[in-house]
Amino acid sequence: MPLLEVRDLVVEFPTRRGVLRALDHVSFAIEAGEVLGVVGESGAGKSLTGAAIIGLLDPPGRIAGGEIRLQGERIDKLPPEKLRRIRGRRIGTIFQDPLTTLNPLYTVGRQLVETIQTHLGLSDAAARKRAIAWLEEVGIPGASQRIDAYPHAFSGGMRQRVVIALALCAEPMLVIADEPTTALDVSVQAQIISLLKRLTRDHGTAVMLVTHDMGVIAETSDRVAVMYAGRVAEIGPVAAVIGTPAHPYTEGLMGSIPSLEQRVARLRQIDGAMPRLDAIPAGCAFNPRCPRVFDRCRSERPELMAAGTTQAACWLHAGVATNV
Amino acid sequence: MSEALAPAAIVVTTAPMLELAGVTHVFDVSRPWLQRTLAREPRRTLRAVDDLSFSIPRGTTLSLVGESGCGKSTVARLSVGLMEPARGTIRFEGEPLSTARAQPALRRRMNMIFQDPYASLNPRWRVRDIVAEPIRTFGLAHGSAVQERVDALLTQVGLAPQDGEKFPHAFSGGQRQRVSIARALSSAPEFLVCDEPTSALDVSVQAQILNLMKDLQQRLGLTYLFISHNLAVVRHMSDQLGVMYLGRIVEMGPADAIFAAPRHPYTRLLLDALPDLAHPGRSRTSVGGEVPNPIRPPSGCTFHPRCKLANARCRAERPEQIAAEGVLVACHAIEEGRAS
Ligand SMILES: Nc1ncnc2c1ncn2[C@@H]1O[C@H](COP(=O)(O)OP(=O)(O)OP(=O)(O)O)[C@@H](O)[C@H]1O
Ligand SMILES: Nc1ncnc2c1ncn2[C@@H]1O[C@H](COP(=O)(O)OP(=O)(O)O)[C@@H](O)[C@H]1O
Ligand code: SF4
Ligand code: SF4
Ligand SMILES: [Mg+2]
Ligand SMILES: [Mg+2]
Repeated sequence: MPLLEVRDLVVEFPTRRGVLRALDHVSFAIEAGEVLGVVGESGAGKSLTGAAIIGLLDPPGRIAGGEIRLQGERIDKLPPEKLRRIRGRRIGTIFQDPLTTLNPLYTVGRQLVETIQTHLGLSDAAARKRAIAWLEEVGIPGASQRIDAYPHAFSGGMRQRVVIALALCAEPMLVIADEPTTALDVSVQAQIISLLKRLTRDHGTAVMLVTHDMGVIAETSDRVAVMYAGRVAEIGPVAAVIGTPAHPYTEGLMGSIPSLEQRVARLRQIDGAMPRLDAIPAGCAFNPRCPRVFDRCRSERPELMAAGTTQAACWLHAGVATNV
Repeated sequence: MSEALAPAAIVVTTAPMLELAGVTHVFDVSRPWLQRTLAREPRRTLRAVDDLSFSIPRGTTLSLVGESGCGKSTVARLSVGLMEPARGTIRFEGEPLSTARAQPALRRRMNMIFQDPYASLNPRWRVRDIVAEPIRTFGLAHGSAVQERVDALLTQVGLAPQDGEKFPHAFSGGQRQRVSIARALSSAPEFLVCDEPTSALDVSVQAQILNLMKDLQQRLGLTYLFISHNLAVVRHMSDQLGVMYLGRIVEMGPADAIFAAPRHPYTRLLLDALPDLAHPGRSRTSVGGEVPNPIRPPSGCTFHPRCKLANARCRAERPEQIAAEGVLVACHAIEEGRAS
């Protein structure tokens, strides 16, 4: 049984001009201790997928279909109180801007101690000791003094370290990290990623790492899901998705990244833009931009199917092997 | 390319397009007078750009790269005359920038593209009027010729003439950046300062914009000062490269030479910090520390708290730029032969 299983997840936003379907039958699984990267351009549905799993969709957004299971147990229909306990205890969260997670009015120590006590039920003294240990573990120098400082007293990189401590201190089995390094400088990004990698490996924590940065995915993930227009276009082992992508969109995406090693006169580009939610084409959502489009793509929608070592939602791979 | 879009007058000069010599810019970041007086605080200044020199030959691209707050945008604003430097000189086509800016004929030959294409476009104007404004301001066309020129510009950046009827909010991020580029090109400039023009865009959209900028450079002979924090983008775009740290250029030279053999410890740190797509799963070398507070920069070489090669001299004495095989580097270890 996978740790997390998302099956045919549909998320919709009712609007005055009809219902917008932002996630359309998204399916994937995360095994215990595994890092699943989720990439795609902005608006593809990455953050919504994370928000749906932890029950934090902004209203009027709602789950309109499918199911989400944590260790086999449905969590998409739980009452808010129960979900809140799962969030924090079994699923930790890290967001792009550390200040959305940290309360500016409380010291970082108080926030850590509260989280530890709520979920692990330790005494005051034991919780404080544990909090200091976590600050040390995430590399805050002078942790026993700085535990009583407020978030604004920390630099951006240090704040994100505190957020990581906060996400991991209740020892969750899964962490959902949504663009955790996007707001940071490159050199600090490298520090935060290696910290996240080391800690989750040491504690056996699984990670759903949402980012639009393929480089971050490459060095961190075991598997990758590529999202496009609210759907999973391709999913598979990281080396295969990057090195031998099966979906024409993944291929285009990889080609558009400028390389440090070799200089090309022109970057490969995918013409056009990802469609808006109210104008998703019939059939394969990528068909107006696809260099390999053929008739079937315009009328029939491809589901994920086996494509070499990955799975791709693309008719080019129909009949090559059976569906999963 | 239509005639209308060609640079109006090709001035034959051997002077570089833009030349900065010893440019320094200092911001006053003191608290208000009363609070300062009550707290007995001195005035506080921030040296955002410190003794910067470079020149950009016509038709080429010079890029500046560095982490947040190192002074890139300040150089951008100084270079188009949006601010006056505290010290040093800036020349545009051999003329002092302030003199050049006073002449409309020269002023229209420089323009700027910003990171956030939405903030830089007036949301209440139709795209047609946004693009037409510089044409009218500089009197480059009249009557129906204005519209023709706008249509040609929109087509040139990959939009349709009908898109001129729309307002900026009706466009995606990449399309808005195309509108900004059309607007920046509308006065037929020869020199463009591009401050993180693709940093807010997805990689697939970034590829479209970078390709467009390179095409335009070739067709119109444009000169770019290109600013980015992304080394791979810079590698793709640049002829020359300057690496900035806390207001200073620590390494500068032909981009190919720097990428082939980065010398300054900070340049190496930046390159090592990049994830490697060719080898998934490989960790980056993670370097300690963050950019220090620029109000109280470290003594000597400001990079010393993060540098493995730092010694007593580095902490006391600021390194000057020295030339090493066509590249300028400011580092004691390199001068002393301590760095390989
Ligand atoms: N108007 C201002 N008043 C005071 N300080 C300023 C002002 N503008 C910039 N600074 C400071 O000058 C330094 C350089 O700023 P600048 O905007 O040039 O950096 P940058 O390299 O463009 O950074 P980023 O990558 O974040 O865009 C920073 O420390 C910044 O806080
Ligand atoms: N509150 C909302 N109301 C309406 N549409 C929304 C809302 N939140 C997100 N969306 C839409 O859902 C899609 C996916 O959004 P998101 O998951 O945030 O994308 P990503 O994280 O991949 O950039 C986008 O088209 C976005 O505009
Ligand atoms: S299904 Fe057709 S249009 Fe879609 S990606 Fe595959 S080939 Fe292209
Ligand atoms: S001058 Fe010294 S501290 Fe500065 S980069 Fe060189 S070796 Fe490092
Ligand atoms: Mg998002
Ligand atoms: Mg800037």
